[in-house]
Parts: sequence; C-alpha cells; structure tokens
Amino acid sequence: MLTYFRNLGLGIVTVLNSMGIAWRHLFTPSVTLQYPTVRWTMPEGSRMRLFNKIEDCIGCGQCSRTCPTECITVQTEKRGKDEPEIFASNGAAIKLRTYVFDIDMTRCCYCGLCTFTCPTRCLVMTGAYEYSVYDKDLHIYHFAKEKSLADKTPKEPSTGKP
Amino acid sequence: MESIAQLLRWVPGYDGLPEIVRLVLPMLVSCLLVFAVLALTVLFLVWMERKVSAHIQDRLGPMYVGGWHGWAQTLADALKLLLKEDIIPASADRLLYKMAPFIVFLGAFAAYVVVPFGASWFVTDLNIGILYVVAAGSLSVVGIILAGWASNNKYSLYGGMRAAAQIISYEIPAAMAIMSVILQVGSLSMVDIVEAQKGGIQNWFLFRNPFVFLSFIVYFIASLAEVNRTPFDIPEAESELVAGYHTEYSGMRFAFFFLAEYANMLLVASVATTLFLGGWTQVLPASLVPQVIPGPITFFVKVMAVVFVQMWLRWSVPRLRVDQLMYLSWKVLLPVSLVLVLSAGWLAVYW
Repeated sequence: MLTYFRNLGLGIVTVLNSMGIAWRHLFTPSVTLQYPTVRWTMPEGSRMRLFNKIEDCIGCGQCSRTCPTECITVQTEKRGKDEPEIFASNGAAIKLRTYVFDIDMTRCCYCGLCTFTCPTRCLVMTGAYEYSVYDKDLHIYHFAKEKSLADKTPKEPSTGKP
Repeated sequence: MESIAQLLRWVPGYDGLPEIVRLVLPMLVSCLLVFAVLALTVLFLVWMERKVSAHIQDRLGPMYVGGWHGWAQTLADALKLLLKEDIIPASADRLLYKMAPFIVFLGAFAAYVVVPFGASWFVTDLNIGILYVVAAGSLSVVGIILAGWASNNKYSLYGGMRAAAQIISYEIPAAMAIMSVILQVGSLSMVDIVEAQKGGIQNWFLFRNPFVFLSFIVYFIASLAEVNRTPFDIPEAESELVAGYHTEYSGMRFAFFFLAEYANMLLVASVATTLFLGGWTQVLPASLVPQVIPGPITFFVKVMAVVFVQMWLRWSVPRLRVDQLMYLSWKVLLPVSLVLVLSAGWLAVYW
C-alpha cells in the first residue's frame, strides 16, 4: 500500500518535471537553419568541390597519381623551345602544356590528397557544396584551357579514366 | 437552434414554407455552422500542434506555406488530402471500411450539439446535456473498431481493439470526475452548469472546492486517454502499429479520421472548460472589469488554453505500455475518482 502511494507521488512529480523541461524548451531559440535562405558558413579547410587554377598548373600529374579513386585525368605535352617561358605564381617554370585536366567529381572521395601533393598549390578544395546537376556528365569538370598542338585531345568526352 | 430559427424568420417567405421545412432548416443551418467553425478550428489546431511540438523540440515547424510562419500549411495539406486517391484494400470489408471514418467523426460532432459556446450560442439545451456528451463521445469507439476490423490488417485490428479497451476503461473515471461537478450544480444541463459558475474566477468549480480541483486533473487525464492523445496513444502507436486503426486509410477518409481526432480533442477541452473553467463566463468578476469581451471569445481562449496543455503534455511524457495504461485507469484513477466524488458530495452537502 505504501509503495502504491509512493509510486503515485513519483509519477506526479516526474510528469511535472518533464513538463517543466518541455516548458523551458518551448522558449529556447530554435536550432533550425532555414536552409535555402540562410546557409552555414563552411569552416576553414572544408573539403568540397575541387578547383584547379590552371594558370599555375605545371602539369606534373602528381594529383592524378595520388588520387585513390582515379578521378583526375591529366594529359600534357612538352612546350616548344620557341614558345615564351612562363612561370607559375610560386616561380616554378611551366614546361608542359596541360591540354587535358578533367576532374570527375562523381568519383571524388574528398580525401584531399591531391591538394596536399600539388607542388604549386593550384589544386584546391573550395567551400562550394551545392553542385547537383541533372546530367551526370556535368560533374566532369574540364579545367584545361589550351589545345594540344599535336591534336591529341580525345574525341569522346573524358570518362575520367587515365 | 432557437436563435437560428429566429434569424431565419428574417428571410422573406420563410413563414410560408411547409411545417416540416421550418423544422428541418434550422437544424441543417446550425449543423453547417458548427461544422464550418469546427473545421476551421481543427485546421488552426493542427497548425498549432505542429508549431508547439516544433518549438518544444527546438525546431521551427512549418515556415513557408502562406508566408507568415506557415499559417496556410494545414490548408494546403487538407487540399492535398482531398485530391489524393481513395484506396480501398482488396480484401477489406468495403461497406464498413467506407463507413468507419464518418462514424468516428459523427461521435465527436454530435456531442457539439449541447456545448454552450456563449450565452445563447448553443444548438440546443438538453436537460441531460453532459450525459449526452459522454454518450455521444463514446460513439466514436464503434467507428474505430469498425475501421480496425474492416481494414483486414493486423495492425489496424490491434489498434482498434486497443482503442476500444482504452476508451471504455477511461470513460469511467472521466464520468466519475464529471459527477463531482454535477453534485455541485444539481443539474445535468450544460447551460445550468455554466450559469452556476457566473461571476469570475473565484466561482469556477476548479477553485471552489479542493476535491473538484483534483477531479479536474482526473478528468483531464482520462479525457486525454479517451481521445487517444500521446501519453495514451497506444491505439495508433507509430513504433508498434504503423498508424493503428487508420493504417490503410488514405485521402479524404484519412482526413476524416484526422478531423475526428482533433474534434474529439476540442470536445474534451470544451467539456473541461464548461464544467471546471466557467465556460463562456468572464475570467474577472464584474466588480473589477467591465464585461465587454463576448462570451464565445472567452470560451475559445479557455478551450485553447486547455488544448495547449494537452499538446504540452504530449511532448513531455512518453507513451505508456498497455498494462501500465490499464493499471492507471483501474487501479489509480478509478479509486481516486470514487473517493473524490464521495468527498466532493460530502463537502457540498455538509459545508
């Protein structure tokens, strides 16, 4: 009989307690972010979409070799002796003409190894995270601007495989 | 209904109509009026429920539809449900399946006949008003069992059976709690009960008598169980029974179950307001403030306050187990309410 009343009292007290907690939370500011109108600021060093500043790229291909998912395709050829000497922004001489630099973001695993290995720091991960598209091929980003003199560009669009 | 009949006499040619039309027309008009007000209030309640639950969980709830804090969300949902396909399972009992949502709603809707929304704002004043409310309110149990049975689905049947067991059990403490108020008034008429509480907050039955105050708590808990609200929502326990008795329903029939659930919620809140919180009478006595707020608005505010507590409780207490539910009804609420009825009666007679 005593346990019965003790349980009764305990029940009342705990219900009032939880109601108190609910009441406090009714007035705590909401943690919801109204996403399309309000956005998170991405923290420093977030690993999102890759970007290559092709003007600084020396075409060494280390990124493509280090990539675990083989999503980067780099094809280069030697620049001619008669062409003017160009340098990357850190002073490294650009001796190769990069005529294919494709990144297939559908295969990217966002490990960031390519950015660490890049000698001129031209390949970086940006904070852009909204790049969904309707066509999968649009996720293959072509960064190369120059054309090959020997016209070795592949006829079909790159599949990302080297 | 009398006042509606009075209003209808202003329509030209109304007196020339046959007797039967003059008898039925006020009924239909008042029925439609109550239905319209009920549907609008339910739309508001659904929105309020979503907002209250969201803010208790530190969320925002609907924010886009309609512009200001998603006020048109439930309107959009209702339209969506209207346009949805009405699916009837192949092995369902078609007639019962189609009937069930309307029976459930009927139970809630019929009880509004005697609820006094204001001084002359009631459809009719039965001399057994509160008994009628209890009786009509428990009609919905028939619809719930029918829904569970006709769906031909394990979960639905479980939900229906659980709902029946629960509603029938909790009807008894609720009726006992109501009894302790009736003892104070000496009348079953809802209008008389409100009249007895006129004159401000100190005349409400809630504060007149400590036993009636406890009765209010018993009634509130029992009414929560009767309308299958969350601490007692085992008939539609999502984690066990998908959605209970309305698992198979879609489109407008589902919307009717939804409407009935909220109409029931509103009904028990209205009854609690009428019995314990002074109904449509003003909160402060006439000697302090002029009685300018119309009765229906006072009534609405009080009902909303009760409904808010229902929602508040929903998001603070987890769902009970079936045996705990029965324990609470038969071993806690029933003895307590019996003691309360006797004590309240004793106090009413010998004080």
